[in-house]
Amino acid sequence: MEPVLELRGINKRFGAVQVLTDVDLEVHAGEVVALVGDNGAGKSTLIKVIAGVGLPDAGEIRWEGKPVVVNSPGVAQTLGIATVYQDLALCDNLDVVGNLYLGSEIRRFSVLDEVAMEARAQDLLRTLSIKIPSVRIPVASLSGGQRQTVAISRSLLGEPKIVILDEPTAALGVEQTAQVLDLVERMRERGLGVILISHNMVDVRAVADKVAVLRLGRNNGFFATGETSQEEIISAITGATDNAVSRRRARGEYQEGGS
Amino acid sequence: MSSQEGRPPAVKPANATAEAAQVDPRLVVSQEGFKGYLHEFIRKIKGGELGSLPVVIGLILIWVVFQSLNSNFLSAQNLSNLSIDIVATGMISVGIVFVLLLGEIDLAAGSVSGVAAAVLAVVNVNKGWNPVTSIILAVLVGTLLGFVHGWFFAKIGVPAFVVTLAGMLAWSGLQLQILGPNGTINLDNNGLVSKLTSSYFGELIAAYGLAAVATLGFFTASYLGNIRRKAAGVPVRTLTDLIIRTVGLGIVAFGVAYVLNSYKGLPVALLIFLLVCVGSDFILRRTVYGRKVFAVGGNIEAARRAGINVASIRISVFMISGGMAAVGGIFAASRISSASQATGQSNVLMMAIAAAVIGGTSLFGGRGSTFSALLGMLVIQSIASGMALQGVSNSIQFMVTGAVLLGAVVIDSVSRRSQKAAGRA
Repeated sequence: MEPVLELRGINKRFGAVQVLTDVDLEVHAGEVVALVGDNGAGKSTLIKVIAGVGLPDAGEIRWEGKPVVVNSPGVAQTLGIATVYQDLALCDNLDVVGNLYLGSEIRRFSVLDEVAMEARAQDLLRTLSIKIPSVRIPVASLSGGQRQTVAISRSLLGEPKIVILDEPTAALGVEQTAQVLDLVERMRERGLGVILISHNMVDVRAVADKVAVLRLGRNNGFFATGETSQEEIISAITGATDNAVSRRRARGEYQEGGS
Repeated sequence: MSSQEGRPPAVKPANATAEAAQVDPRLVVSQEGFKGYLHEFIRKIKGGELGSLPVVIGLILIWVVFQSLNSNFLSAQNLSNLSIDIVATGMISVGIVFVLLLGEIDLAAGSVSGVAAAVLAVVNVNKGWNPVTSIILAVLVGTLLGFVHGWFFAKIGVPAFVVTLAGMLAWSGLQLQILGPNGTINLDNNGLVSKLTSSYFGELIAAYGLAAVATLGFFTASYLGNIRRKAAGVPVRTLTDLIIRTVGLGIVAFGVAYVLNSYKGLPVALLIFLLVCVGSDFILRRTVYGRKVFAVGGNIEAARRAGINVASIRISVFMISGGMAAVGGIFAASRISSASQATGQSNVLMMAIAAAVIGGTSLFGGRGSTFSALLGMLVIQSIASGMALQGVSNSIQFMVTGAVLLGAVVIDSVSRRSQKAAGRA
């Protein structure tokens, strides 16, 4: 099957620093790809390239098989790429409906159609099983998890094909994390491709189908979550062949071989 | 059973349970009826959502005090004159509200209004242009000056405070330049421009008709909105709530109409100002453009990511501010039938900003309404008028107005804090 989004040989350089070197990435429909890597591995830069915020210096982006130039966030949105950034960027002074429809307001005789927006917002939140006291309260009064779900639902309004989630569970409680992960699974069921950036291996293993590891701006392995242990992923992230984790692993293999 | 619970039995039980399952159990459902309305009101006040309540209370207080000092204060003539006196600075204040919603400030509005008055006088009197074209040109000049501020702010990134401070100085000079050596140009006393602030709709039906249209229009719009909301399955306002609001509006509207009709009738300037207030409030609350202004005032990054062109919103808001300042300048010139070096100078700008803030528009951006220009100007002009009736000097008047402004900002800051505590800011 053809991937929805395909990156080939992406290079990006900031001054003297080569941030990305020949990075590849594939995302299929109905697939959750976790993008992991240590701080400074180039995750954010790669996301910016996909979201149209930063142009790559070299490399090719293919959308449904065709090469495209994503040179602005608008182009990315029109293609069907939605991005939920870590800092969420919601307007605290607007209510949930206002935030959900910001930039894509429904109009009726060129006047804001608050009724239609509110009704559709309710429907959307209901289909995603998101619980929010009222869609008419300012976003300022929502909890961190609720704000996250509002930000994610907002990205789904444009009927995207790929959703990029940047650290969606950072700073969330146990219950809220579970809610967000549930939401990610419902997005997969809807046939969306999800790129999930996370430092949390438990979350990654819970929902991701594939794990793409970045290390120092290069691909450092693609893993199918089901067939890979957490240690393998961690050693790919840290680049360590000689650390406590790998040593322990080596001992295990030795014992297996010996018996 | 159901009567004990105080609500009608569910019509569709299946739907009702599905609905109930969706509702967050932590949500406190407001009670129905008048009692519920009162509870909701008290809760909002405690939560710091004061809206225009402080300014209304303040206004009533000011009126009671001045009326007890001088029984002419609440006379039809004084109130009618007061309603015209608020228009010039009020127009400038409407533009200031737009800028404040972005969390910025426009210090050049006073000078811009002076330039517009000067342009109007020169082309209308000296060049003999027809008044309508002169007014249009003056407003265009104001909008252009606003564009200059907005461009330097949005595109170059100079803080709005500095750009408009520079504008304030520069446009004062431009105003003197345009007026020429005489410094004062008298307008035709019977010309259209002068008549803007000296004409009245004398027929009784004008003021009462306007009051009736406003009240009925409000009720019809709200009622039809409720029907649509019910059809779409979203929460509706209770009918009690709707009736209370309509009656409240009706009392104010017909009261004002009665007072105006007791003197010369509905002033043309006041009608224009009210239309501007209603129109700009509609733009801010019911159009995509207004939503963008609030979004930029709330969170610039969120606005940018939502695809809003932040620079163009900023420039357009400063253009509105410049244009409204020009309109204010025209009314100021009309009120005294002349444009002079003093038009738009001294404390006009400060009064316009003070009015917006006293009326309840936040200095911190993202919260406010153009009606605050109307309410704030009523407070300021009432103080000025009351003091003038008492023969109090300007010095005291400025100090009192300053204290009122400080009080308004204190209320703004405190209500913001309690809104934070109540999780609504």
